Amino acid sequence: MYPSRFAYEAPRTLDEAIGLLHDGAGEAKVLAGGQSLVPLMKLRFANPELLVDINNLPGLDRLETLADGTIRVGALVRHRDLERAGDVHRIQPVVGAAAPLIADPIVRTRGTLVGSLCHADPQGDWAAVVTALRGYVVAQGPGGRREIPIGDFVTGPFQNVLAHDEVAVEAVLPGPRHTVAGGFLKLERRVGDFATAGTAVAIELDGDRVTRAGIALTGVGSRTVDATGAAEALVGRALTSEAIAAAADAAAEAAQPTADHRGSAAYKKHVIHTFVTRILTRVSTTSEQAA
Amino acid sequence: MTVNGEVVTRDVEARLLLVHFLRDELGLTGTHWGCDTSNCGTCVVLYDDEPVKSCTVLAVMAGGHDVRTVESLEWEGQLDPVQQGFMECHGLQCGFCTSGMLMSARALLDRDPDPSEATIREAISGQICRCTGYASIVRSVRWAAEHPAGGVG
Repeated sequence: MYPSRFAYEAPRTLDEAIGLLHDGAGEAKVLAGGQSLVPLMKLRFANPELLVDINNLPGLDRLETLADGTIRVGALVRHRDLERAGDVHRIQPVVGAAAPLIADPIVRTRGTLVGSLCHADPQGDWAAVVTALRGYVVAQGPGGRREIPIGDFVTGPFQNVLAHDEVAVEAVLPGPRHTVAGGFLKLERRVGDFATAGTAVAIELDGDRVTRAGIALTGVGSRTVDATGAAEALVGRALTSEAIAAAADAAAEAAQPTADHRGSAAYKKHVIHTFVTRILTRVSTTSEQAA
Repeated sequence: MTVNGEVVTRDVEARLLLVHFLRDELGLTGTHWGCDTSNCGTCVVLYDDEPVKSCTVLAVMAGGHDVRTVESLEWEGQLDPVQQGFMECHGLQCGFCTSGMLMSARALLDRDPDPSEATIREAISGQICRCTGYASIVRSVRWAAEHPAGGVG
């Protein structure tokens, strides 16, 4: 399969890239890892007239951890870089749990976290992680930079809020204030398949009290589900079995799966319930052992 | 780009995929063209020492980069230990997935010379052997790990 014909530019500066996108007037697409875009173009679901390859732009491959625990993920940071970034995993275990489950190991060589957010696949994994962590995307266009909370960034299946002449230059995961815990679980029929269902949990604990919680679901809706009710069931409480059960119930309630060849709607809700319970129980057992 | 140590310069159409560039432009048909949907992994080549699926990389994106195909494994008549391992442990049956398996095995051993069976299984988890000879492939990679200098006559 070949993509339709398109023009290709590989600019050396971000301003040049933005200029090309501006002139492309909506018919241009940004190419980073290409692990979703190239297959879509081969299937002719995407037929851009111009590809602006940002792989040569300096600085976008930077993966930074700041003193306050903020993690900045440049647009060219590959899944593989995140998989190998032990310092990032220590700050946010949910990132370390999700990275080895993205796609398959070979796709992880090229694909990027920021590209995955932009692609906005309802079954994408990183959007759930970034949602659970209340992260945001930094976009740059002709008028300057803006920060877009992940909840506002994705507007629907395969749709994001970027203007045609904006480049998502990085994703930012804010630093935690308290002790961090969390995890990511995904059910897939085989490695590299779309998620049947997946769950990202990121919480902060002050002593045994949960001070912040984010629970986000993938594969169970037309976009990433931010299970705010599940998170609220935890905040201010200790991770008792009652609190965990309440969060799992709320998460399963928030899931809006459709039945397909990967399972019935009830089954997927059951998987979400199990995943939330499993992650939180593990966190609770680990913190008890540490105390 | 550099392909198997040689600098290659061509003008190509932007939509040309790396797998077709290697096979049709350079005649390196050791890299196989399989599912064409980024699933099967028979088209795996090394791109700056990391495995990629060459059906999902545009040839133009490899400009300025180092690409290695299965043809690079043999060196002065001597097979690479992973090739020898596949012979010793019957790591191939029909052979269609083999070139991709060999390249991801080489990349794994370059990074981790003594991988566990679980690590090997994970490394090839994005590739499909339709003969289902996975156990033999894992044994073959272990053989290569245990014989880093090769050893078959």
